[in-house]
Amino acid sequence: MNGIHDIGGFQGLGAIDYVADEPIFDEDWERQVFALHVAMSGQGIYNIDQFRHGIERMHPIHYLGSPYYEHWLATIEDNLVRSGTLTKSELNEMVQRFESDPDLGLSSSDDSGLAQSLADLIPRGGWTDEAISEQPLFKLDDRVKTRNFHPTGHTRLPRYARAKSGVIKAIYPSLVLPDTNADNQGTNPAYVYNVEFSGLELWGDSAESNTLVRLDLWQGYLLLDA
Amino acid sequence: MNARNNDYDPSALVIDQIYPIPADKLPARTKALEELLIGHGLLTQEAIDRVTAAYEQEISPLLGAQVVAHAWSDPTFKEALLSDATEACRSLGIGGLQGEYMVAVENTATVHNVVVCTLCSCYPWPVLGLPPKWYKYPEYRAQIVMHPRLVLKQTFGLDLPPSVEIRVWDSSSEIRYFVLPQRPSGTEDLSESELIPLVRRELMIGVAR
Repeated sequence: MNGIHDIGGFQGLGAIDYVADEPIFDEDWERQVFALHVAMSGQGIYNIDQFRHGIERMHPIHYLGSPYYEHWLATIEDNLVRSGTLTKSELNEMVQRFESDPDLGLSSSDDSGLAQSLADLIPRGGWTDEAISEQPLFKLDDRVKTRNFHPTGHTRLPRYARAKSGVIKAIYPSLVLPDTNADNQGTNPAYVYNVEFSGLELWGDSAESNTLVRLDLWQGYLLLDA
Repeated sequence: MNARNNDYDPSALVIDQIYPIPADKLPARTKALEELLIGHGLLTQEAIDRVTAAYEQEISPLLGAQVVAHAWSDPTFKEALLSDATEACRSLGIGGLQGEYMVAVENTATVHNVVVCTLCSCYPWPVLGLPPKWYKYPEYRAQIVMHPRLVLKQTFGLDLPPSVEIRVWDSSSEIRYFVLPQRPSGTEDLSESELIPLVRRELMIGVAR
């Protein structure tokens, strides 16, 4: 999707607000939202690709103007409704209840294993590899060209690297394809390659000398460049 | 940008908002979601506390610093780290969520590496903890991939001559990258534990050298 999230090369955003030390969360609601995402995705209610794509579908004004964890809140709510876990009307009702009484506390809950299963998930992780019978199409040092495509759905080929020539530098295992996994169209695993693009290839006359970008790209994003 | 809209519609989903939600409404919206999920048996306070404790207290750049200090002190480990960072980190009890497949990229005299996620905020949590705001917000993501030399100099005070190749790793898949910085000169007599405090997260992201 050619959304605001695909921001590599965007200009006019101003200075990077670099701070060496800061709290991990600025507000308590951010901490809660973070834990919510781990808990929801950890229980398989939505996958990481659906999570990312929700953020991508935010309006650009909203995306650029809101704090980071508001992006997470947006996509968590959306994915909970899309998955049928919550209905919009029960959410509206509950939001109204808490907005009219902000001091209202949460109901107590008997854990019976969720906390431990998430605690176990954190060091284990959730690797997205899926073996396929085919061999990789490309080999190390092959010259490839990225497709010129502009899907309206999720993809992990940034706009700045479309229709660009690069070189295969590494071949990774076959991984779930985000483009289809974000939209309930299946995992469709494919080999992922690390591809090197010179700064010159990407940015032309505006490139700094002696710079390059390495991107991880799924096989379907690439064509052999003769 | 700090656009705030006085016409906030609480009945619309957050994702359907055009403008950022008034800041004072965010705690209530978050609690509403939590309360519903508790009611549905999908969330508990204990689970929230356990997850936040992991990332506020247990997982931090100190883990990555231990990996780097060990690589600086032990050439066999360094080789193992560069060939299979996931396994090498596992041997130190480090790994997991958002680091299921990690790659350590080595700085040399002629190559400087820096990591970004232009599309979102992918970051190697098991070795660096949660990312700082500057890494996640649009300004860094937009600029580091196009003008790394300028960004490193202007924002981070790192002035690299054109003879040093800059490799920008845009984390577009589930593979997670972090930088193995060069061991500083003059540290030859330091023990591994004395090296750890020298390894700031900026070095492992690649905005310092």
